[in-house]
Amino acid sequence: MKTFKIGGVHPKENKLSEKSPIKVLALPKTAIIPLSQNLGAPSNPIVNKGDKVKVGQLIAESSSFISSHIHAPVSGTIAKIDEAIDSSGYKRKAIFIDVEGDEWLENIDKSNHLISDIRFSKEEIIAKIKDAGIVGLGGATFPTHVKLMIPKGKKAECLIINGVECEPYLTSDHRLMIEKGDELMVGIQIIMKSIEVTKAYIGIENNKPDAIEHLTNLSKKYNGIEICPLKVKYPQGGEKQLIKAIIGREVPSGKLPIEVGCVVQNVGTAYAVYEAVQKNKPLIERVVTVTGKSVKNPTNLLTRIGTPVSLLLDEAGSLPDNTGKIINGGPMMGKAVNSLEIPVVKGMSGLLVMPEKESKRVPIYNCIRCAKCVSVCPMGLSPYLIAQTSEINKEEMAESHGVMDCIECGSCSFTCPSGRPLLDNIRISKNKVGQIIRARLK
Amino acid sequence: MTNTLTVSGSPHLHGDQNVKKIMWGVVMALIPATLVSFWYFGIGAIIITSVAIVSCIIIEYLIQKFILKQSPSINDGSAVITGLLLALNVPSNLPLWMMVIGAIVAIGVAKMTFGGLGKNPFNPALVGRVFMLISFPVDMTSWPLPSVNRTVLVDAVTGPTTLGVVKEGLAKGDSMNDIITKIPSYMDMFIGNMGGSLGEVSALAIILGGIYMIFRKIITWHIPVSYLLTVFIFTGILYLINPNLYIDPVFHLLAGGLMLGAIFMATDMVTSPMSKTGMLIFGLGCGLLTVLIRVWGAYPEGVSFAILIMNAVVPLINKGFKPKKFGEVINNG
Repeated sequence: MKTFKIGGVHPKENKLSEKSPIKVLALPKTAIIPLSQNLGAPSNPIVNKGDKVKVGQLIAESSSFISSHIHAPVSGTIAKIDEAIDSSGYKRKAIFIDVEGDEWLENIDKSNHLISDIRFSKEEIIAKIKDAGIVGLGGATFPTHVKLMIPKGKKAECLIINGVECEPYLTSDHRLMIEKGDELMVGIQIIMKSIEVTKAYIGIENNKPDAIEHLTNLSKKYNGIEICPLKVKYPQGGEKQLIKAIIGREVPSGKLPIEVGCVVQNVGTAYAVYEAVQKNKPLIERVVTVTGKSVKNPTNLLTRIGTPVSLLLDEAGSLPDNTGKIINGGPMMGKAVNSLEIPVVKGMSGLLVMPEKESKRVPIYNCIRCAKCVSVCPMGLSPYLIAQTSEINKEEMAESHGVMDCIECGSCSFTCPSGRPLLDNIRISKNKVGQIIRARLK
Repeated sequence: MTNTLTVSGSPHLHGDQNVKKIMWGVVMALIPATLVSFWYFGIGAIIITSVAIVSCIIIEYLIQKFILKQSPSINDGSAVITGLLLALNVPSNLPLWMMVIGAIVAIGVAKMTFGGLGKNPFNPALVGRVFMLISFPVDMTSWPLPSVNRTVLVDAVTGPTTLGVVKEGLAKGDSMNDIITKIPSYMDMFIGNMGGSLGEVSALAIILGGIYMIFRKIITWHIPVSYLLTVFIFTGILYLINPNLYIDPVFHLLAGGLMLGAIFMATDMVTSPMSKTGMLIFGLGCGLLTVLIRVWGAYPEGVSFAILIMNAVVPLINKGFKPKKFGEVINNG
């Protein structure tokens, strides 16, 4: 069975919520919609306090090339535009909407009726995706329409759909593949049309046999879509690892997937594309896995953007007393949050509750040069070396050791028997080296 | 509730390996070889092993407490390994005070002066052993014969090791056929029924330990396999050139400290290379040097020297043989 070649680890999968069907979560009283929900520039608000908005109405505009639109996920009155703590842990600008009823814009098709006929041209599709404010829903939140505009001189040969969900605990993509298979397939065909390819692969790890079987059956109806079962190994959902696993090509250091003729999109993004293009529905809701060993009912919730996470946690059974950490995303790459009032954003794939005793780091010992970090690094780096150069502030050395190639998957820190904070140090170094490189280009 | 949330960088999970588990895993892997030595060399082996381990632990504790003023970390098991390996590398009738000096050199000089666990460039047990070998050459090279003196402590029947027999025989000009009659059968050498240092006699027990360590992912196969294969091929070529002058490669694999060295000493994580290619080259170097010393050097055995010399080369190997980076050489697919 296919997988990527170098490195990788096997954290316990703990897919506790894989059998819970997606449930629609009730609306909040107040929705908090951060203006910074994508990789790149934050959006500009175009509504004022007191304005009435309907679901799906544009409330903040894309502010630059790499940016995205934001739409009202609820109907009601704009209460204020003020700062709120978001999932980054910082206070940032957000639009507060007091929810009144659930009134949608008339042109949005709310029915479950499947529309498989694609009536739009390549340009129209990309424009619709841009208008719907879609960003990469796997967690990176890169604006999707930008990714679909193939640079001049390059040509896409295939589309790769990421259904790997290699993070432990998370199951939102898994449930989507099972429950929205047809919509997903149409979404994939729309993306294929937009980048002018005739071949798409869906990569799914073989710990989701039901999804593999379901989509393989469906794929007979849709031309050019092939399901690729993959051996379970973290971080297979990394773009470069996934491309290597499925078509065997290696994206050169510092380059994008298009360099080897690929465009990679997440399952959730493909579904959002279907809704945007076929149903006129902007990105106003997403599936969030709420899970954890101490959580009473681990579940998958279809949630409006802007819903405070406390409501999601209540739905999964109240927050356990021994909770020590709450993570936005999976346990390997997710961010620990510092408040229960942060809202659901476009990039939130899961909420993981960790008990007190699992939330603390292990004690740190000397590096015993066991080379485990070297053997698990999926980018073929020497994490111990980069972490050392970071500790002594040797940025140019870190750069020559390839620090910018690090995908921050955390396999090194996960595996280090001495419990050393390798990735923390590498991140610091990556940040500084990134600044140096940008300064050099000026 | 909100005030008590922990916020830290990802990853939020940690694997199940830790330093203590690794170190005690190595100790577990050494148990078969230790038990074989107790069986063949009796009470002397038990005493010398205990003395070595206890002195290593005490010396590390004292240095950490009174000189480095650190909180002692003797329960990480690394001092126990050094003590055990040191004992397995000496004859069972070695005077105990010599063992203590060996322990002082191993822990005090080779390990703690560099900053303790993980910082030492040379394998501490080997430094201790070589120090004893050079300082007390007679006591370090008269080995009691196995199974003869299990309950006797001193004045035991001693004899040279198999490697010594071969080396001296060849030096005197004896023919290879005569020499072979004086060494134990390969089966005895494999299970450990021969004279030698405590832990090096039984290839079988050492290999069992090695398989356990590979299974527990404490070591990888690269260093032992490349080391043993190099010795086998090099001595094999010599044997094919002139079987009257050079003994066969199987003998070289089973004799002396090669197995112990290749599986437990050369694989010491702290003093071996970081990349897989580096490990293969390290094993190759150890193998070449071992054969050079055994065949043409002044000492009958060359494993300790070979590994220590290669330890010194490790930083260079690490610099020269980094793992291949993802996307490094391929251009435009």
